[in-house]
Amino acid sequence: MNTNYSIRTEANRKAFLLGMRHAVPIGTGYFAVSFGLGITAHNAGMNALQSFLVSFLCNASAGEYAGIRVIAELSPYIEVVLVTLIANARYLLMSLSLSQKMDPDMPFVHRLLVAYDITDELFGINIARPGYLNPWYAYGAYLVALPSWAFGTMLGAVAGEILPKAAVSALSVALYGMFIAIIVPPSKKDRVVFGLVAVSFAASWAASRLPGISALSEGSRTIILTLIIASAGAYFFPKKPQDPPQHKLESQKEPENA
Amino acid sequence: MRNIYIYILIMGGVSYLIRVLPVTIFRKPIKSPFVQSFLYYVPYVTLAVMTFPAIVHATQSPIAGAAALIAGLIASWLGAGLFPVSVICCAVVFITEHFIL
Repeated sequence: MNTNYSIRTEANRKAFLLGMRHAVPIGTGYFAVSFGLGITAHNAGMNALQSFLVSFLCNASAGEYAGIRVIAELSPYIEVVLVTLIANARYLLMSLSLSQKMDPDMPFVHRLLVAYDITDELFGINIARPGYLNPWYAYGAYLVALPSWAFGTMLGAVAGEILPKAAVSALSVALYGMFIAIIVPPSKKDRVVFGLVAVSFAASWAASRLPGISALSEGSRTIILTLIIASAGAYFFPKKPQDPPQHKLESQKEPENA
Repeated sequence: MRNIYIYILIMGGVSYLIRVLPVTIFRKPIKSPFVQSFLYYVPYVTLAVMTFPAIVHATQSPIAGAAALIAGLIASWLGAGLFPVSVICCAVVFITEHFIL
């Protein structure tokens, strides 16, 4: 059993390098997604440094997008708290699941560090490793994925500044395209998800038009609609407890265990 | 006057807390089927709510945004992945705004 958590051990050094290698395809995907996020950040009035920081600190596409839209409207701070909480709620589930994979004897500091970049994909490769989680494997993966994500966002914001208007307009839908590619495949497989997505589209459109609720900010509408629709879905169509979470972006293939 | 850096710090703090509390304090798996299902459905609902009608207003012309949405839905339904769907959406906006409208 591995009880030594120092990077000096041969096994941990190997795990670190393996993590880096496994994160290369993830980093490539991150770069593309975060570039689209950077365009959105630019459209919201954020500069390159702010775009870099938001991605370096948050590591989440939907969560960052939701927050950036709040920033675009300069809505009250409480709104950015709630919207970040909701758009990232699924990470709670992933972290809980990952905590089951952690050696109780592992030094506490590793729990604090490993938690930093639990994303759909990085959770996926960590959970796929045999045995207890090796934090050095996670750090290797983070070292590749995190800069790709943060610099990709920054470059997107810079591109938003220097590219002609027509190109920025076209690139503005890049992130939405990725969102669509995330929600459609599970909608094909699961009729409940299909129904919830259809209801969400309709309700979101209605909420942007109806008097009263359309006066609320975009962030508030996202919070309210998500709470209502996801609660209704969970109440009327609960998933069986043993169903494993299927939080994985389509483009990321399962890396083979080396 | 609200400051963008404060928004960013709040976002970073909340994002980290969501990830760190479960591995440090809670640690126990969630048993409630309601909470499990809720957390499972939330990302799809949020993404759907955030995508429409926002995509229609993101472009210079709403028609281009609507065309991108439809093209993206069809491409994704037919099995295109994350990156191809995204590129298709961008291309549809570019073509619609330049050659059709």
